[in-house]
Amino acid sequence: MKTIYTPTPLASHPDEVRVISKRFGQGAHEIERYIQLDGYKAARKALEMKPEEIINEVKASGLRGRGGAGFATGMKWSFIPKQSDSPKYILINGDESEPATCKDRLLVEYDPHAIIEGVIIAGLAVGAKTGFIYLRGEYRYLLEIMERAVADAYAKGFLGKNIFGSGHDFNILTHTGAGAYEVGEESALMESLEGKRGLPRLKPPFPAIKGLYGGPTVINNVETIATVPPIILNGGKWYAAFGPNEKNGGTRLTCLTGHFNKPGVYELPLGYPANKMIYEVGGGIPNGRQLKALVPGGSSTFLLNREEAESATMDYDWFAKRGEFLGSGGVVAIDDQTCMVKVALRIMKFYQHESCGWCIPCREGTDWLKKTLIRFHAGAGATKDIDQMLYLANNMAGRTFCALGDAAAFPTISIVQKWRNEFEQHLGGRSCPFEKVGDRQAVLV
Amino acid sequence: MADVSITVDGKKVTAPAGTLLIEACKSAGIEVPAFCYYPGLSVQGACRMCLVRIEKMPKLQTACTVPITDGMVVTTDTPEVVQARKATVEILLGNHPLDCPVCDAGGECELQDMTFTYGAAESQYMEAKQHEPEQQWSPVVFFDRPRCILCYRCVRVCGEGMDVWALGVQNRGVTSIIAPNQQDHLECEECGMCIDICPVGALTSGAYRYKTRPWEMNHVGTICTHCGDGCKTTLGVRRSKGGMEIVRGDNRDKSGINGDFLCIKGRYAFDFANSEDRITQPLLRREGRLVPVSWEQAIDHVATRFKEVRDAQGGNAIGVIGSNRTTNEENYLLQKFARSVLGTNNIDHHRTADYPGFAKAIAGKQNITATLRDTMTAPAVLLIGSDPTEQHPLLAWNLRTNLRIHNGRIYIVNSRDVKLRRQARAFARVPGDGGESSFVRYLAGQDNGRQLESGELSRDALTKFRDQLNDEKELIVIFGSELRGDDISVLVNWGSSRGAKFICLGDYANSRGAADMGLYPDLLPGYTALDRGSRFTEEYGGAAQAVRGLDIGGMFNAAANGKLGALYVVGSNPIARYNVNPFTLSKTFVVVQDMFLTETATTAEVVLPAANAYEKGGSFTNTYGDVQMLRKAADVAGVRPDFELIVRIADRMGADVRKLVPFGKGLRADMGQSRGAQAGEADRHLVWLAARNLEPKLSPFDPEALLDEIQRLVPGYNVSRLQLFSGNEVHTFAPEQSSLTAASSPESIVPANDTLFTSGTLGRYSNTLNSVIENRRAAPAESEIPAD
Amino acid sequence: MQYSPQLEQRFQKLVSQYPWKRSALIPLLLYAQDEVGYLSDEVIADIAKRVELTELEVRNVISYYSLLRTRPAGKFVVQVCTNISCMLRGAEEVFEHCERRLGVGHKQVTKDGTFSLEEVECIGACSWAPAVQVNYDFHLNVTPETMNKLLDDYQNKTRQ
Ligand SMILES: Cc1cc2nc3c(=O)[nH]c(=O)nc-3n(C[C@H](O)[C@H](O)[C@H](O)COP(=O)(O)O)c2cc1C
Ligand code: SF4
Ligand code: FES
Repeated sequence: MKTIYTPTPLASHPDEVRVISKRFGQGAHEIERYIQLDGYKAARKALEMKPEEIINEVKASGLRGRGGAGFATGMKWSFIPKQSDSPKYILINGDESEPATCKDRLLVEYDPHAIIEGVIIAGLAVGAKTGFIYLRGEYRYLLEIMERAVADAYAKGFLGKNIFGSGHDFNILTHTGAGAYEVGEESALMESLEGKRGLPRLKPPFPAIKGLYGGPTVINNVETIATVPPIILNGGKWYAAFGPNEKNGGTRLTCLTGHFNKPGVYELPLGYPANKMIYEVGGGIPNGRQLKALVPGGSSTFLLNREEAESATMDYDWFAKRGEFLGSGGVVAIDDQTCMVKVALRIMKFYQHESCGWCIPCREGTDWLKKTLIRFHAGAGATKDIDQMLYLANNMAGRTFCALGDAAAFPTISIVQKWRNEFEQHLGGRSCPFEKVGDRQAVLV
Repeated sequence: MADVSITVDGKKVTAPAGTLLIEACKSAGIEVPAFCYYPGLSVQGACRMCLVRIEKMPKLQTACTVPITDGMVVTTDTPEVVQARKATVEILLGNHPLDCPVCDAGGECELQDMTFTYGAAESQYMEAKQHEPEQQWSPVVFFDRPRCILCYRCVRVCGEGMDVWALGVQNRGVTSIIAPNQQDHLECEECGMCIDICPVGALTSGAYRYKTRPWEMNHVGTICTHCGDGCKTTLGVRRSKGGMEIVRGDNRDKSGINGDFLCIKGRYAFDFANSEDRITQPLLRREGRLVPVSWEQAIDHVATRFKEVRDAQGGNAIGVIGSNRTTNEENYLLQKFARSVLGTNNIDHHRTADYPGFAKAIAGKQNITATLRDTMTAPAVLLIGSDPTEQHPLLAWNLRTNLRIHNGRIYIVNSRDVKLRRQARAFARVPGDGGESSFVRYLAGQDNGRQLESGELSRDALTKFRDQLNDEKELIVIFGSELRGDDISVLVNWGSSRGAKFICLGDYANSRGAADMGLYPDLLPGYTALDRGSRFTEEYGGAAQAVRGLDIGGMFNAAANGKLGALYVVGSNPIARYNVNPFTLSKTFVVVQDMFLTETATTAEVVLPAANAYEKGGSFTNTYGDVQMLRKAADVAGVRPDFELIVRIADRMGADVRKLVPFGKGLRADMGQSRGAQAGEADRHLVWLAARNLEPKLSPFDPEALLDEIQRLVPGYNVSRLQLFSGNEVHTFAPEQSSLTAASSPESIVPANDTLFTSGTLGRYSNTLNSVIENRRAAPAESEIPAD
Repeated sequence: MQYSPQLEQRFQKLVSQYPWKRSALIPLLLYAQDEVGYLSDEVIADIAKRVELTELEVRNVISYYSLLRTRPAGKFVVQVCTNISCMLRGAEEVFEHCERRLGVGHKQVTKDGTFSLEEVECIGACSWAPAVQVNYDFHLNVTPETMNKLLDDYQNKTRQ
């Protein structure tokens, strides 16, 4: 089955800082072109460095995981034991399934060699000889691009035995998923790569100690790993300086989605003011409407109301101080004509469909929340349901086997708390007071 | 591992480092609720019921997944914790049917109990519940999906525990479902472990479901009557037309050597007892036909004819064939009756293992036999011959558990691809004919092993196998009937010098008891040679003679030659088992005690309807030498225990019954076990009596009246009665304490060749065994008609 | 089970390239489905053998992943994302349009077997919402009008 591939549209804004998107639209998926554009220089440089030097450079960059959890990448690498009886692995998470997140796709499409280069560097840093790049099953055309890039790198001697004539060996395998959000969770990702159902694993042991095939494993998001070559090439300090402080270094791909005039993926520095992001980069809200809510980083994060959104800065600290999360870079603007009950319902429908079913609170909780929200939105809710939903979500948060339960609970808690009035407007058999975005009650099965 | 101390709810608890918190709590009497956690199976952390607060941890933690570390401070009963658990029960009940009154697990449901504890009965959710029809996966396994709470216990016990892997989880999220391996049905070992381990009514037993409520049954813990492992089984019995009927078998209380394990036979094949084909009246042949008569007439006839034959032709004209499924007391009594009342050594039974050969090999040695429990924890086990998965399911379970939990090293030598090889550290596939025997000689350095190098076993593998075994310091050597006579001696000589212990595998529930109790023409109880039996002859009143009697083959020869005046067959079917022409017995007076009109019974002049092991008291010795008490559970009107029948015949023959069964000797007497189905109470009473050195044995029909004598006279049987009466197994030492120097015809051994789905004659009358498809698939055993 | 030579070659490579054989399972299933149309009993039995698993275990895995199916689907599987970003930009109208136009609902197949319709979760094209995937091909910024055109194009493909 041949895929038809038409290039994904690119956006741009003067405020962008192009560190990882600088080769977008330049034909860099061709290895020769990539090399012309400074490609594989970082890998060659890393081959001259000691593993600790590489890790220190990444630590100095302030790079944090772009998959959503925001864990410091240098630190993660340093957890890998130096000595290990079983082989170590680098595993790249290209499952990109967090709603509103569509950035890894551009990296694979426009700059696949940057990922390969990042994997090689990570391998050198931790002493791994094999890397896996796992792409979600829907991304077939990207898998084809990635496979070709890997083959080209082998042909050039950048992968395989004695890479770059350095005496080091390094192999990369590409791998396809088959449709499951939970598989993006790092331990479920390993299970899936091992050919199993995508169920999360018990932790400890953590992947750094016992991961893929029982060996110490580094798991990084596609964007995270693509950021590594420029860091090695230009220095951690150089990269960190784009962000507000050393804990929020650099830039990230920000996916503006939903009610923006200019949706698109933009590379913005960390600490960028959300206000500017919404009204300048994103071009504001269409149809002369007002912003009502903002999803800051994928549907698993707490939603912000307009006031909060306009005063936020897009970095880890601002959210952490509130006990919230910056998330995966998927920003959703929601305008004032949108029903927040409907938003909560659509989000919950997703988690209900994607819960792996392993643990009771997540499996049953998402289902009951979805059912209650359907009923509520149809006007058959009762006041006690509002509290019941909060009670349920609070009982999921922090108590499920993996973070999917949290991911389902957080947006729900924030929506019910911040837009309780909209829930009340649905009471008493009244139908939804908002513009219909479509009046079906589609239920995913 | 070293002990560490933690604090739970202000209490100091000490346990080995690495103990799971939930177990540490339990040891301190603090119960942490759990659905998915099950001791011995892998941890899941899935149900989230066991959440507790551990100091310095940001979130509540699952007690089932956290190993304790020194100084840990834990609270299990704060409002926060209770609330979290309550919320989980609530959400679970949201989609769970609340029709407990009509659920088969009602009253025995962990979800019900948990709801009771956490008071979450009020339904917070008003959406419709999912409804789906029940599915039947096999004759014994039913699945009711909406009741399933997805604790994955069934999946794990089937996979990890049984190594069958017949259950899986399919779909995801709220549509997740437990699925059988054949899409709409199961093909497996039909053990029913999944059913018993299910905390709710999702998996139910075809044999039991909707027959009764748990509280309407009496529950009697007794011993399974099928194979030589001797699992404890709790029988649920209920009043029926003819007495007390068994409706359920399980071992949910995890007592006994088998813990929660039972195979299909232990769990379901009690149903032969309820068979319509049971004989419930004495039968006497009149004009060529067996017709019902009164007990008086029947016993009178037997006694008169036995006496006639004895007095006219001498005791040597009478043969006695005993059983592998009667109790030790009955077996002992039978041989005593034969030797002292009938005056003959013509006594034998269907031999399935060379216990005398084993006794000869280990006689006089100490610490030389292993118990069944030992097989679960031994660091290393060598299994030669046999196929435990089919023939000793509990042993197979123990070996699997040993590997899984105790990292035991299992070495297997077999001529077939036995399933246990999956657990084996090394497997030596030896040639079919005598390969096991050659292997033993190779191991002992008496043979170069050339014969063993068939296609699958290279010289290197063979050498490595031997070297590995030679390196094992604490080895248990288990062998099947493939090894006999000298092979056993060679093996014991090799192993005993390295401190190995031994187990000899035989086939039926009390084969070992039959052997230990002297159902041999040349051996008295305890493998005592006839010329060394003064201990017994004195006691028996000198009637026993020192001349070797006839074995089964000899008896049939004698019958063919018109020299066998009478044959007394107790619980055995030699005609079928040895393929004997029934006309051989046309001139012999044949008495058969049995449950069914077997091939042998149909040739008899008198047939006496016998009770089975579930319907009487007494003791069984499993093939490992562990002795356990039977408790009367069921009752079928019209049948009598073999013990009583033997005593009655002896009495009617004019024997001194008080000598045969020294009853009424205790300080005070009590009815004890004869209370039958009320044995729960009686058990406790027995323990109380035993602790005070009081004995029941009020009547000559009370088997315990003979236990005394067995303990006193049979070497290796002087066991703790307190242990025994408390329902525990006690290891005996008859073979090693014997002084046997000569073997007893190993060539007469005929293995039963039963599979997991057959059980000799009993299996033929078990609807369950006959209804599962696996039974039909199982190839017929070497001898077409199974017996005993 | 007979696959095309290319697929057979690919299978050989997949089965041998991972540290553990069963790692090849999901790609094997997906590629087999691409060629055969769905995972028939025969395919399942074949793949189970290749990766040395029981058929039960293979079915456990299949039923977990939403792209894998054990029943035939249409020649073109129209997957309309209705997740939050797409929903806000009119995905539900697009989906309803498809329903009307094709005369089938979620997870149904048109009578002639040309199209299956499916409402799917986020397919990672949120900045170009609403997004639709037909088999593996992405279509971005879809409207009911462009959707119509798209379906025409696919319909025409079957005629060629
Ligand atoms: C339910 C769930 C889904 C996730 N999905 C993704 C995903 O699609 N892509 C991703 O990179 N990380 C995802 N993550 C985060 C990963 O678990 C992990 O933190 C990340 O891949 C690590 O890489 P990083 O440190 O480079 O971000 C998910 C986490 C959870 C709990
Ligand atoms: S069927 Fe019973 S044992 Fe199996 S998962 Fe469901 S509740 Fe647990
Ligand atoms: S899916 Fe992870 S806890 Fe339920």
